[in-house]
Amino acid sequence: MAENTSEIRYLTPPNIELNREKYCRFQKNRIKYIDYKDEKFLLQFVNEQGKLLPRRITGTSLKYQRKVSQAVKRARHLALMPYVADMLK
Amino acid sequence: MTNRYETVFILTPVLSAEQVKETVVKFKKSLKDAGAKLKHEEDWGLKKLAYPIQKKSTGFYHLFEYEIEGEEIANMEVNLKRDEKVMRFLTVSLDKHAIAFVESRPQRKK
Repeated sequence: MAENTSEIRYLTPPNIELNREKYCRFQKNRIKYIDYKDEKFLLQFVNEQGKLLPRRITGTSLKYQRKVSQAVKRARHLALMPYVADMLK
Repeated sequence: MTNRYETVFILTPVLSAEQVKETVVKFKKSLKDAGAKLKHEEDWGLKKLAYPIQKKSTGFYHLFEYEIEGEEIANMEVNLKRDEKVMRFLTVSLDKHAIAFVESRPQRKK
């Protein structure tokens, strides 16, 4: 089954950057505190179902991933963000 | 020793405007009685909730940011819990980064 997927001819090659250098956006622009109250910012770390994105996708460092997860959980508690959502973005 | 806290609480939408104000004033008074210094206050007004709480889909959001003795927080939260007009509340202690953030950024006035 796997090989027939490769027969799909793309009109334009999908622009997946293969080794895009991922960086932690908090360290890069010196963000020290992640506010749990502005949900528009936190939406970037959550996928369509409202679940937290893993570090390998967002590229954040462990220290800030914990802060992001705590902020998202607090926002969920205050009903600023849903626990479960569909087509959140 | 006193440290900085931030409390956000949601009031049920069935309240009239002056009931909301009266509840907020009541909490502010209880804070002052507990010897807190109210640093900052925010009223986000009626906001849509991301999921229904107690079968209601909107709520009045209020934020208090204050400095208080550590052990006063317990009884402060008790009267928040006891008041049935408050659907939900969250008290967060602010560390040095949070304090720097709160002071530096203009607060969200809705």
